[in-house]
Amino acid sequence: MSLRNRPGPALAVSALALLMTAVALAFYWVPNDANQGFSQRIFYIHVPVALTSYACFIWGAWKALRLLWRHDSAYDLESYTAIHLGTIFGILTLATGSIWAKISWGHWWLWSERQLVLFLILFLFYCAYFMLRYSVDEGPRRERMSAVYALFGVVLIPVSFLAIRLAQGFIHPTVFTLDGPQMTGQIFFVFCLSWAGLLCLFAALYQTELAGKRLDRSLRELRRSMAV
Amino acid sequence: MTTAEKYVTAAFLVVLAVVLLYVVIYSFKIARLQREVEELADQVAGGLERPETEAADREPERVS
Repeated sequence: MSLRNRPGPALAVSALALLMTAVALAFYWVPNDANQGFSQRIFYIHVPVALTSYACFIWGAWKALRLLWRHDSAYDLESYTAIHLGTIFGILTLATGSIWAKISWGHWWLWSERQLVLFLILFLFYCAYFMLRYSVDEGPRRERMSAVYALFGVVLIPVSFLAIRLAQGFIHPTVFTLDGPQMTGQIFFVFCLSWAGLLCLFAALYQTELAGKRLDRSLRELRRSMAV
Repeated sequence: MTTAEKYVTAAFLVVLAVVLLYVVIYSFKIARLQREVEELADQVAGGLERPETEAADREPERVS
């Protein structure tokens, strides 16, 4: 498939339209929260970014599983790209969460909050993925090691997601419970819009980055074959 | 602008800034790849032209 046939530009435009609409609605349409007031609006960016980060890691693990299953090295770049983007969304989750914590709790970070610490552990685990990847020479061994690591990482996602729900005495709000989302229809609609926009953004960046990495790899192989 | 409004705006701007930074970094990488493709294309074109000129030089020798 050539670069021109990729759905990247359409996804980028969709992401821009959805995110701009979500931001406009979050600021001018949704009423102030009864408890947190105006600051609750960070919810519309912080939670979708966190969920997109989880989606990236799950996608990376799925590609890693396919690599181990089918022994096709094409999945290695796909898994790596998804994890790279997941880490970027992870940085954004930590940054927006920290800003929200400062307004709501008066602290940039609370070590006593299990959900924050668990997300930080998940984030650092995926940062170590890159250290592992670049400490091994390119080839099937590196691909297999990266894939196994990516699969181990995905186990931390349900731990991070469920731990807070099983724990007692937390102050981090929990809006998604077994009874469904604990929010009004307006809030839920803008949240879904924002998350859809971020998923489109992830898909657009994934397509672009993957195309670039494939081209980079092809060029290196071509240079090697020309040198021989 | 209240303190809450400043923080909320900052949170949205942080996301925008990081995405823009990513796009800028990636555009540099794409530009580098484009340069490399052009260099390789020049090398390939040079390699294709050379045998033709060499063949043209050799032809009179074969005739004589």
